[in-house]
Amino acid sequence: MTSATPNAPPLTDSTRRDPTIAPGLCRPALSLAQREIVRFLRQRSRILGALGTPLVFWFIVGGGLGRSFSLSDGPQNISYMEYTFPGALAAILLFTAIFSMISIIDDRREGFMQGVLVAPVSRLAIVLGKVAGASILATGQATLFLSLAPLAEIPLGVVAVVFTVAAMLLVAVGLTAMGFWLAWLMESTQGFHAIMNAVLMPMLILSGAFFPPEGAATVLRWLTYANPMTYSVALLRHGLHSGRAVALPEIVGIWPALGVTVGFAIAMLGLSSFVATRQSARTLQ
Amino acid sequence: MPIVTVENIHHSYGARVALDGVSFDVASGECFGILGPNGSGKSTLFKILTTLLPPTSGRAAVAGFDVAKQPGSVRGSIGVVFQSPSLDIHLTVGENLTHGGRLYGLGGMQLRQRMEQVSAALGIEDRLKSRVKTLSGGLKRRAELAKCLLHRPSVMLLDEPSTGLDPLARKELGRQLDALRREHGITVLLTTHDMDEADRCDRLAIFDQGKLVAIGAPEELKRRIGGETVIIDAPDADGVTAEIETALRVKVGRADGLMRIETADGAALLSRLLPRFGSRIRSLTLGKPTLEDVFVRETGHRFESRSAPERAA
Repeated sequence: MTSATPNAPPLTDSTRRDPTIAPGLCRPALSLAQREIVRFLRQRSRILGALGTPLVFWFIVGGGLGRSFSLSDGPQNISYMEYTFPGALAAILLFTAIFSMISIIDDRREGFMQGVLVAPVSRLAIVLGKVAGASILATGQATLFLSLAPLAEIPLGVVAVVFTVAAMLLVAVGLTAMGFWLAWLMESTQGFHAIMNAVLMPMLILSGAFFPPEGAATVLRWLTYANPMTYSVALLRHGLHSGRAVALPEIVGIWPALGVTVGFAIAMLGLSSFVATRQSARTLQ
Repeated sequence: MPIVTVENIHHSYGARVALDGVSFDVASGECFGILGPNGSGKSTLFKILTTLLPPTSGRAAVAGFDVAKQPGSVRGSIGVVFQSPSLDIHLTVGENLTHGGRLYGLGGMQLRQRMEQVSAALGIEDRLKSRVKTLSGGLKRRAELAKCLLHRPSVMLLDEPSTGLDPLARKELGRQLDALRREHGITVLLTTHDMDEADRCDRLAIFDQGKLVAIGAPEELKRRIGGETVIIDAPDADGVTAEIETALRVKVGRADGLMRIETADGAALLSRLLPRFGSRIRSLTLGKPTLEDVFVRETGHRFESRSAPERAA
């Protein structure tokens, strides 16, 4: 201790009558988002992963699937690579979003999140901060993949890039918030992996990203239309083709796609904020 | 006026009872310890007092605010140090303090001043630019304390603060907490299973199996036991116990197979005991009462006898 100085100001404030601190929504949320991004940039392995995953993805989809399959019922005027490109973007967004939320499970038991939970911050601010940080990271990674589009002979105009990046951010917010909600309900990271296999993979596959629902069995078709991911993929597809006349059979129109994606994001943010408020410590026995 | 009030708190996790009717007060400016083995309920109490867990029934107040009904006000009044560090190891000390302060609504000039002040008080001014992962355990704990002091809490709550610290860092932490109390009037409430740490508290609440078994100043608790304690390990404990009781007219207590005799004058007892029973005794200890003795006397079993794989609750 070096506080032996006689006139050191007190570290406690005995004159303060009301210790109620209202830090508001923005400052804590921005701070949490900033922390999320800074710590990502400081971890070399995560940066490598972020750069590597899209490349691997592209080789598999483009070099493997793209040469083996053709769309019998689907649009004839685009390649399989181009058809699956929005799905690849959605997959990157989904996995990045989900993986960055896994840390919440352990963080709440021991780590940074404990300190956040005992601060007078509204739970909505915590959700918004985490989601904003992770969404920006996921969008950044998907944008790297997007930059590979010309290599797959997908023409990209400025309008398409702007629209697609905006769409990716919107999709990322919904998926990250869903990740927050699921992570908060989990007691272990193992449980999270189980959810991923049981729910997230089917969500991705039945999103119209890899095969058009028109050719699928009735049940699968219904599931596809009930799947919020379908609308996210459709929104990305609209983004990629904006400013260009492509005769795509529209699975979902642009307005329903935008509406459902926004609605999904709002619903997930609400749900996350609700579970975080209701059970700060239920699973922390 | 008490700054922490706990009134008849019960808490259960499903069928398992973690806290069973606990009541006590902590006076302002005090260093109050909650001593108990794993599973005694002290961690549950810690979560209740830090607003992370609402009690099943009963009432707890910190700085005059109800932990269940006014958690926001309680959170503004407390600084919490968890067992595992809440610092982000990938960020620098300064960045951790900045993020910590912003969660309490601090920013700009005010935050900078507070950061200077707390880092000076804890001697980490020259570490603000170091990444947390490069710091020693003692320095990490100091940075953690600094973060918790930014918003000028009136009560510091620490969960097993000496866990994972080497003896030197432990001593230093003790000195820092003392200084915070003396110079800044901050009340310190800590949980511990370390007898030395408990001995340094002004007052102590001893927990076992969800119940408060004893409360008071460590010296006072030890005085209640009497003068000295003789602890005897003998192969035929049952037979020897009965014989000693009749021959020497003393009360022999039993805990986990060991015999214990409390007496005003240990040396005198030994001179009577050894000639007759010396050959039947495996080992023998004569000691001033310790908090461990207090615990054994209040609960009838040793402090860590059930510590096996049980999770802290």
